[in-house]
Order: sequence, then structure tokens, then C-alpha cells
Amino acid sequence: MTAITVTVNGKQHHSEVEPRTLLVHYLREHLNLTGTHIGCDTSQCGACVVHVNGESVKSCTMLAVQADGANVTTIEGLAHNGQLHPVQEGFWEKHGLQCGYCTTGFIMAAADLLQKNPHPTDDEIRHGMEGNLCRCTGYENIVRAIRYASEKMAAK
Amino acid sequence: MIPSSFEYFAPTTVAEAVSLLQKYGDDAKILAGGHSLLPAMKLRLSNFGALIDINKIHELRGIHVDGNISIGAMTTYHAIESSDALKATCAILPEAVSLVGDIQVRNRGTLGGSLAHADPAADPPAVMLALDAHVHVTGPGGNRTIAIGDFFTDMLTTSLQPGEIITSITLNPLGAGEGAAYSKFPHPASRYAIVGAAAYVKLEGGKVSACRIGITGAGPKAERQASAEAALIGTDGSAEAIAKAAEHAGENMDVLSDIHAGEDYRRAMIKVYTRRALTAAVERAR
Repeated sequence: MTAITVTVNGKQHHSEVEPRTLLVHYLREHLNLTGTHIGCDTSQCGACVVHVNGESVKSCTMLAVQADGANVTTIEGLAHNGQLHPVQEGFWEKHGLQCGYCTTGFIMAAADLLQKNPHPTDDEIRHGMEGNLCRCTGYENIVRAIRYASEKMAAK
Repeated sequence: MIPSSFEYFAPTTVAEAVSLLQKYGDDAKILAGGHSLLPAMKLRLSNFGALIDINKIHELRGIHVDGNISIGAMTTYHAIESSDALKATCAILPEAVSLVGDIQVRNRGTLGGSLAHADPAADPPAVMLALDAHVHVTGPGGNRTIAIGDFFTDMLTTSLQPGEIITSITLNPLGAGEGAAYSKFPHPASRYAIVGAAAYVKLEGGKVSACRIGITGAGPKAERQASAEAALIGTDGSAEAIAKAAEHAGENMDVLSDIHAGEDYRRAMIKVYTRRALTAAVERAR
């Protein structure tokens, strides 16, 4: 077992993990943060996207021990003081989901996209979301949701 | 899916990493960005007793442009695609790596990791061949430099020796009269290259004086295209000259056939993408 210290959604955790524990399993099974989903488990679908030190990563393709000393944000940590993050609000307002399985990963990936490129074109949104797969929506409303968030963030 | 058990080390210096590699020998593997290694370990296609994570070795990260270009082995694709210094001196590289995988892959994946893994469908090897890069490595015997032409030896195989770690990659910045471009036919789901062509061209007095072409995705390893290069050198770099030269692309090269594309189709695409890359490279050189 290896001792790690990880700050998740602002709260520091001291944990003992096997080196082979994936970050997604650590979040879901050790910390009970089940908003991060396991989809394909082969780093393609993006259901498991979280932020590590501010950048989006696929948590099924990173070891928990690699997050030692890092700041991790999951979907549970995105809203502040009961106020939804603009991307969360966009998915609500524009009906950017149906079954919801891929949604938390999409939201985390979109939040990273907008922090790198606050005013993306629709093409840039689609290119930026290449790492996330949705089997229900056909992506149209997801693009609208992210555009809504971009406009909302610009208005602030 | 969970990998089989291993011991984990996170050294903070290259010397420490090399001594761990020596200690554990064949049972050890370097963990860079992990986006090829960890999936293979999760599928139990690869098992190692010791993983040596080099993400905490800060000297391996960073881009330095100062006469020549030096890129630390652990520099991520994201750092490369967003580097203004590289966009100004070597635009082909940020452009090509922006086509790798997706944002999450590019946030973790590294240039050195890609070269060491030598995936036959990775984008960077073709670009490195076209730019005539040099790979700098450190091992038990000290430091050495490997010309990129001697680096890729077979599918997933390089001339790195046991105990050696890539530390940096150096390139020459592109100057007046020089141009380079990458053109890729990506697999629609994985974004890996079915065929990727990187081309470098130098024009002097209106004639092509130098040309290098690297092809990835099509064969067991990324390869230069000597006969197509020779066919373009000495011409005026016109559309006709490029089309003629591109017809030689794929000669003397083993080409793969799989469920995504048969050998004949890949051979046809090698010519098409070579022509596109050469056309863009010549345009930039003018």
C-alpha cells in the first residue's frame, strides 16, 4: 500500500491505496464520489473526466498514486454555494442530456474547454469534445449547452 | 479493468530513474503520460513488476527555443500545441500534435513517451522524421544522441537500449525558404493515423534543394520516403512536380492491411496524403 494525500473538491484526504488503483476507482470507491462514471474503461468515452490541477483528464487512465499532492475537482465540486456552474446550467437549460450517463464527463470536459477557449465556435466545441461520447443526444443539444455556458460566462 | 500488481516509484531525477531501471531490468517500465501503457496494462497485455513514473522529474519538461529547438521528453502535447515559440519556429509540430487523440489525451500524453512507444499509427514519429530530429537519451553508460533515422527499428521497437531514458528531442527551427506540413487521414473513432504524411521542403533559387517525407500509420513503423524525396529535389516544386514525386511514395515500404484499411487502399492514400503535405510545405516555403 502507498500513502497518498489528495485534495478533492477542496477537501484534503490522506489515503492508503494499492499502486494499481485507478484514480476513478479511488474517487468512486474510497471517497464515495460516484458522480464520476466509468464508461468504456479504455480512455475513449470520457465518462470519467475529472480535473487534475485544473486540467481535464480521463481518470480511468491515471493511477491514484499519480494524484498524490494534486488538486482534483469532480462533478460534485463544480457548483459553488448551491449555484450551478454555467456549464451545468447550460446542460439543464438546453436539455443537453437524455440518459445522463456521459453527462458528468461532458460537463467536466466542457468546463476545461471554456477555460482554455472562452469563446469557441461550434466547430471548436465539437473538436474540443472529441474525447467524449454520447449515445443518446446526437450532440446537438450538448453543443447548444456549451454555447449557452460560454455566453453566460462572457456576460459576467 | 485493473492492472496486475506492481511496485510504484516516482523518482525526481533522471539518475534515480536510470538506477531503478538497472535494478529491476526487464521487469521495469517507464510511465510517462500513460495513455498507451496503462490501457495495455489494464487489458493485461503488458505486466510489469515495477513502474517508474517520471512525471515528477521536472528537468524533463519544457520547450526551449534558442538557436535550435529543444523539447523535454515529458513535455505534453497540450504544452506543444499551445507554445507560441513553436508556432513561430516550427508550426508543423503544434499543428500535428493538436490532431492527437482528444484534449484529455493531450493533457497527459508526452512527446518522449510517444517516440519511445513507437506506435506505428502515432503522429509525432512522421513529423520527427520530416524535421530530422535528434533524440537525446541518458542511460547507465551516460548520455548519447540518436538521429531519428536510426531510432525506429520495427513495430513498437526503437534503438533505445535497456536502462536508457529519452531526456529531450532537438530540432532545427524553420527559416526563410523552408516549409513543413502534416496531413493526416485519421481513424474516425480513435483519431490514430490510418495514413499520416509529414513533409519538409527547402527552396533555393526557385528550386527544391532539400526534401524529407515521413509516413506514419501505413506500415509497421514510421518511415522516410527516399525515392519520392529524390524525385522532388531539383524541381521547381510546382503542382505537377509534386504530383509526380508523390507517385513514388510508399515504394520499398512494407504496408499494413487491417479491418480499417487494406494494403492497396493504404498505398493509394500514402500518395494522396504525401501530395497534400508536400503542397502545403512548398506553399509555406515560398
